[in-house]
Amino acid sequence: MKRFFERIHQGHRTLAWPKAPVNLHPRFRGLPTLDVGKCPAGCSACSDACPTDAISTSPRRIDLGKCLFCPVCTQACPTGALAFSNDFRLGANARERLLTDGKSYALAQAMGEKLRRLLGRSLKLRQVSAGGCNACEGELNVTGTVVFDVGRFGVQFVASPRHADGIVVTGPVSRNMESALRDTYAAVPSPKIVIAFGACAISGGPFMGSPDCRNGIPADIPVDLFLPGCPPHPMTFLDGVLRILGRMPKGG
Amino acid sequence: MTSFLLSDGTCDLDQIPCCDPDAFRARVVAACRDGARLVATLVLPIRAQDALLALLARDRASSAEALAMVLPADRRYPSLSAELPQAQAFERELAEMHGLLPVGHPWPKPLRRHADLETPGSSDGHSFFQLGGAGVHEVAVGPVHAGIIEPGHFRFQCYGETVHSLEIQLGYQTRGAEKLLLASPPTRRQIVAESVAGDTSVGHGIAYATAIEKLAGLEVPVQAQATRALALELERMDSHTGDLGALCNDVGYLPGASWYGRLRGDFLNLLVELSGNRFGRGLVTTGGVRLGLPASELAGFATRFENAAADFERIADVIFDAPSVVSRFDGTGALNQTMADELGLVGPVARACGSDRDARRDHPEGIYRRMPVEIALGSTGDVMARAEVRRAEAGHSATLIRSLLADVEIGLAGDPAAPALGRLPPSSLSLAIVEGWRGEIVHVAVTSKTGELTAYKIVDPSFHNWFGLAMAMRGQQISDFPLCNKSFNLSYAGHDL
Repeated sequence: MKRFFERIHQGHRTLAWPKAPVNLHPRFRGLPTLDVGKCPAGCSACSDACPTDAISTSPRRIDLGKCLFCPVCTQACPTGALAFSNDFRLGANARERLLTDGKSYALAQAMGEKLRRLLGRSLKLRQVSAGGCNACEGELNVTGTVVFDVGRFGVQFVASPRHADGIVVTGPVSRNMESALRDTYAAVPSPKIVIAFGACAISGGPFMGSPDCRNGIPADIPVDLFLPGCPPHPMTFLDGVLRILGRMPKGG
Repeated sequence: MTSFLLSDGTCDLDQIPCCDPDAFRARVVAACRDGARLVATLVLPIRAQDALLALLARDRASSAEALAMVLPADRRYPSLSAELPQAQAFERELAEMHGLLPVGHPWPKPLRRHADLETPGSSDGHSFFQLGGAGVHEVAVGPVHAGIIEPGHFRFQCYGETVHSLEIQLGYQTRGAEKLLLASPPTRRQIVAESVAGDTSVGHGIAYATAIEKLAGLEVPVQAQATRALALELERMDSHTGDLGALCNDVGYLPGASWYGRLRGDFLNLLVELSGNRFGRGLVTTGGVRLGLPASELAGFATRFENAAADFERIADVIFDAPSVVSRFDGTGALNQTMADELGLVGPVARACGSDRDARRDHPEGIYRRMPVEIALGSTGDVMARAEVRRAEAGHSATLIRSLLADVEIGLAGDPAAPALGRLPPSSLSLAIVEGWRGEIVHVAVTSKTGELTAYKIVDPSFHNWFGLAMAMRGQQISDFPLCNKSFNLSYAGHDL
């Protein structure tokens, strides 16, 4: 009886997204914005402060593949030119597209017609943690909760690479996981996709430059979707995956 | 030689007395029999001689002490582990990192996997303990697991369904965190520390900041102390909530798994309100915090927190009343207090066995120095006890958060100001102990003669507790492994560094 009433109390919690928008808390640090007009001449405070060298000054660009979305740069900025929005839409198709001028950002486009026909309604993914600290893994796990419920889009994490259509990689690819990552990738039947989840998998993130890591997914494993963040929000994953599957409603 | 007491977690490196290996072994063993615990070991030069330094904590006395021995030229020394099981992982780590040879160690095998030691298709350098006899079989799992989880290798020796031995081979996650931290500029160091174990970003972030603040003699403003404690207790609540949900999932009780899976997100979202990040990253900085709760948001924050805390208790009432849950939790994967103490286990795992230790009370820092912390203790040491301790601890965390939010004198609201960090003193050592949700997090920072950070040691609670999981599996059904594993919920990355 107690369980019955609790079930009623808990109610229905799954997000209406993508039919209705999701607005994260205004303090959530998502897509950064830069108003170059406010930058004092010759100022490099943000770039100097950035712990992962994600900001270049001429021209002013933010590399979301390296960005950890920490508040160090915005607190160093003397004029408030640099800020974080709460926009979780960050998925990109190519490494170079992760560079933003703080005004425009090219979100991921849908995959080709053939892949979309094959995977668009049923995408099975294998997760490989290759030095991930368990923050990215935690957020990927959460995509299966009743709130995000990635399963309602036909997307599912499976237990074997043989059952998978692609892999989701987290972590900077520690030396000791490189061969396991390659084996897992090879074991997935073609055609297959690769999703890089988090700054570590894209660029090494906090572990960039460590001799025990590979600065992210090795160049010879082609990545189809880059999801920046440290860790990326579960919504960033849902949004990015639906985009490459061509399943985002118009205007979403 | 008597042991050398640290003064508020710090000491002058050159003042630490050194003894010979036999005396060192005898003294560490005697101190631990007298209630001390090994919390960190380092190899570093003391008065220009390479030495092995052991840091011990005395929980009842709220003190820490250092014992050191000069390393012999051949780096061989009598192993402590046979007499002092809690030293086994420390000695294996010292062997692989510094080439020390603990003579008489019962299992002198690398603690972490080293690709260099392996040839493809064999397990050179990584031979596993094997059971012999007809009908005995071996089960190998990992490094890549079936779920969304970090990599590690588990080797079970079974007879029928019963596990007689489990050996856990980690090291796949090694990212060189300690070396990278030392080589990085200060802002990057904070980030590396927060990435040691992502689910403990706040705990490791505070531990790093505390280690540096102790070295520098920096006083953290009370308001920043309160903000840190708020984040640390939220992290404890979100993790315990997630763990209880995952435990429900592993026994097939899906209402609990669904509800707690959702509720954990509510606590993470409260961390977003506080820090802008679901894991509290970017909040802590040396000297204080980067962010705080604006006064205008305090009331809304408190309301959302109370809703989540109330839901936590309601759901717990249902779960711990469900016969299908209780019958699977009860008696599974039990350890006793003697084992927990001998193995040096920490955190909820140790407290579930009745080992009464919690760094927030025993080695308090910051706001915990003036806030009483209630300790949740179990006695049966099984999955049930680990679940009940988590439930009780989440409740105690809620009480702490309420008092932080209500104490106007502490004042969470407003602009957090971090005092600037001056130069670090030369040849000094500092020890920071923080009770994260998984247990005791230890960070040790050491400076050179010129005041540069020259050595850094991180000990995640998982470092102690993985061996506890292996022991808890003895005599259990292999099908209970997921449940036992989840009831420990240890960090691979935190262990491997």
